[in-house]
Formats: sequence, structure tokens, C-alpha cells
Amino acid sequence: MSPSWNDVRADFPILHQQVNGKPLVYLDNGATAQKPKAVIDALVRYYERDNSNVHRGLHALSMRATDAYEGARSRLARFIHAADPAEVIFTRGTTESINLVARSLGAKLKAGDVILATEMEHHSNLVPWQQAAKASGATLRFVPVVGANAEGGLDLAALDQLLTPQVKVFAFTHISNTLGTINPVAELCRRARAVGALSVVDAAQSVGHTPLDVQALGCDYLAFSGHKMCGPTGIGVLYGRRALLDQLAPDETGGGMVASVDFDGARWKPAPERFEAGTPNVADAIGLGVACDYLDALGRDAIKRHDHALARRAYAELATLPGIRLLGPTGERGGLVSFAFEHVHAHDVVTFADEDGVALRGGHHCNQPLMRKLGLTSTTRASFYLYNTPEEIDVLIASLRRTLKFFQA
Amino acid sequence: MSADLTELYQQVILDHNRRPRNRGKLPTANRVAHGDNPSCGDQCSVYLRLEGDRIADLSFDGSGCAISQASASLMTTRLKGKTAAEAEALFQQFHDIVTTGQAPEEISDLGAFAGVHAFPARIKCATLGWHAALNALKGDPVPATTETHND
Repeated sequence: MSPSWNDVRADFPILHQQVNGKPLVYLDNGATAQKPKAVIDALVRYYERDNSNVHRGLHALSMRATDAYEGARSRLARFIHAADPAEVIFTRGTTESINLVARSLGAKLKAGDVILATEMEHHSNLVPWQQAAKASGATLRFVPVVGANAEGGLDLAALDQLLTPQVKVFAFTHISNTLGTINPVAELCRRARAVGALSVVDAAQSVGHTPLDVQALGCDYLAFSGHKMCGPTGIGVLYGRRALLDQLAPDETGGGMVASVDFDGARWKPAPERFEAGTPNVADAIGLGVACDYLDALGRDAIKRHDHALARRAYAELATLPGIRLLGPTGERGGLVSFAFEHVHAHDVVTFADEDGVALRGGHHCNQPLMRKLGLTSTTRASFYLYNTPEEIDVLIASLRRTLKFFQA
Repeated sequence: MSADLTELYQQVILDHNRRPRNRGKLPTANRVAHGDNPSCGDQCSVYLRLEGDRIADLSFDGSGCAISQASASLMTTRLKGKTAAEAEALFQQFHDIVTTGQAPEEISDLGAFAGVHAFPARIKCATLGWHAALNALKGDPVPATTETHND
């Protein structure tokens, strides 16, 4: 049965509970999204009916599991409009995807090469590149973020100086998990390619929230997690263009990724198996495929409009609170708002909100260098998804007013 | 407001959060240690002047939530004049308070942190300053003007 916007909330069992005696208002979707019944059921069904190892057995269960696993790969390829299912590598999530590409590409880098990232990257799209730079002798540089509250986004003018022929990799996020900034991915990929650099896009905050077409974006690699798009935890994707993947050395080795082995060495299978050593996370890949079905039945353009409308409303309401500092763009933004109060620390805000049943995130959002640049150690973040409502923003604002009153008393 | 939250944010804690005592670098310090809470980014530096085995003076600096700031502030008022062994013993008592919610009567204002035990995620906020102080006591003497940490 296709989901409909009228009863989206009914599809998510977890939402129908009370926290501290209040109806749960889940606004921590940037950290992880909740799962529709269809995804939960798919996991149960797989374990009750089809569970088996893939690509190995000739028995009925193994064939069913293999078909479902490879079906999920094709589904994910359609979800991001990849040209070929072999361009979809299953990983544990965004972090593993970026580590894989950073280690594999990093092995080809040398002193004098430049890895370009941006100042708004999540630690998962920063630390792997620091490691790759250290291991290879390459230099890591950053596209600056503009404005006291990072409201200006990336400094695209500075990009002209930064994107030199020495740049071999340009790694950047699609939507910032802290700022809500939507980066011009297609333009950044085009400019990277113009100097011969490979583009690596962190789509963790975008892929389940907005239509995404890797061919239209023109990216070389793209990483995302299943759990932020209504899928299970422990499953994610690294997309890579086929021509690149077949030249890329494997990161992990072992069973399942080899064409043939003798005592002296081994030959690798082509992508995607080359990058999936060991028994893969079959059940969660299948669950993620079902999450794609769920999101596409609602329509990601509709989800985007819904999220953005909530973020706009939240931003406008938050701006009326005394002593608040709002981060990120003042106009169009992704479905999240990050803010700091002059006299109340984010952890105290989050503890008070939890008392009202509101789940928020407080902290540095795995964005410490950016926080330091902005003169902050932590912010509070409200992040929205398809099941959130305008009324929930009213609950949030009332909770924040109560917190401010308490600490000002 | 729930009883748990009222317990957590006692007047003593709000007062120390609003008007922290002994905050800032201690110019005469001969020991310093830095505490980080990697999960949330809270930071606390503790500066000590150790004379023999006794804490002659101390201060703290850093940023964090009301619980961590108030705890570090209150700690500085309680550790002044204590020996390293006395400081260690007092921390044990404090740790018991925040983990069990039981405060012995003679412990006075530190008992304000008993409410923390209902919020397990906040225990590390309450103990951050104490860990920094104990590390400063154990650490090698360093001039307080020197940064001793990489971050």
C-alpha cells in the first residue's frame, strides 16, 4: 500500500509514545531518522523467511537472499539515478564510505598534491582526509565559510584560487548538518572536474530529503547512510562512477571480493564486489531498499518542500527569542536549524526540552573546527523530516521560552 | 517543571553558573590540567598553586553547561587548602553523590549535585572539572602560561 501524506505519522510506530509524560516530538532527524513499519517489517520478513548468505549458496534460501540483496542494490541505484547498479557499494554508512574512498584514493596521492575540503565538513568528511594527507604527504586545504554566523555559505570566490591543477580530490557536503547550508553541488563538481580533481560528495543530510541524481550532479563519488533516510542503521552506500571504481584498489580484502586466489596472491573481482569483502549486511541493505520505496512513494520533491517549509517556519519563530544566535543561511536552507543562546548552554536547553518530550541535539555536531571558527563550543539543533508538523514547532518554541525564563529568573 | 528537573537545577547550581567563583587563569599557578568531554565539546582547565602537598589556590576556566560550570566553580571553593589525598577523598564522595543521588549531611553544598544521578548523561558534566583538578594534582609541575594540550 502506498503511503500518503494524510497519515504519514501512522506509518511510524515509534512516534506514538510519551516521553516524560508528554507526546514525543522527535526533532533529531539530522542524527537519525525513524523507521516506517514497512522497513521494520522487511527486516522481520527477511530473518523469518529468507535469511542466508549471499553469492555463495546454490540452495533456495541463498538464491532468495542474493536476489533480494542485489535487488536492493538496483533499487539504490535507481534512487540516486546511477547509470549502473555496480556503481553502488554497500558500506556501514557515510563514515565507512568516505574512509574507503579516502584510503583508496589516498594511496595514489603524493607530496605536492592537494586535497580540498571545506570548513563546514562533518568530522566524517574531514578526519579521513587528514589521515590520507598524512599518509601520502599531500596537503589538505579548505574552502572558507563566509559570515559571522556562516550565513554566507562557502566562499565561491576563493574557490578560484583554491582549485588549482594540484588539487586531486575535492570533498564537500551537499547539505551541512550544522548550518543547513545547501551547497551548489553540480557547480562544485563541474569546477573540480575542470582542474582534473575528483569530487567526493557527502550526501548524508540530503539523499533522503531532496531529489538527487548523481549523473545530473556530475559527481565522481557520493556517500550516504541508510539510517538518516528511514532505513536501518549499519547500512550505507558509496556511489562511484564505474570507470573510476574499476581502477580503484580495494580497501578491505578477504572472501567475496576475489576472482581467484592462490598461495602467492589474489585477483580482484570488479566493482561492487571488489569493495565488499566478507558477508555483507544483507538484511539492512534490503531494508534500505524498502526505505527507498517508501520515500519515493511520497516523493522526494514533496518531502523537500515539507522539510524546507518547517525549517523556514522554525527559523522565523526562533528569531523572535531573546539572546538567540541562529547559524547558517537566512534564506533557503535544508530541513534543520542550529542555534545558540547567549546565557543558556545547549545541554541545558536539550535537558529542558526532553522534559517536554522534545528530542533535540546539543553539542558540536561533529563540526568542532567550524564551531571554533564561529566562536562556539556547542549549539542546539532542531532537524525535521517528513513526519514532523508545524504544531511540533509550536511545542519546541514554548519549551525554549520556558527554558529561557527559568535561567533568566 | 518536574521534581527531577528541580532537583537537577538547584539554586546553588544556578547561582554558581551565573556567578562562577575562581574563574579565569591563576597567574601564580604551578600546575594546570585540561579536561575535555569529547562527546559534547565541553572544556575545563584547572589551574593550581601547589605548596608542598597542599592546594594553596586554584581556579578554573572553560565552557560548558550549567552543571559543568557550577560543579567546577563549587569545586574550587571546596578544594582550596586541601591536600592531594583530601582532594581525592572529596572527589570520591562527590562521585558517590552524583551516581547514587545520596548525599551525606556533612557534605553541605556539594549535595546540590545529587539530582544529577537521575540524568546519567550529565554525570560526566558534573565530574569534568574534578577530573581536571585531580590530573593537575598528579601532573608534572608546569608554568601555568604554557598550553599543555593539543586541541
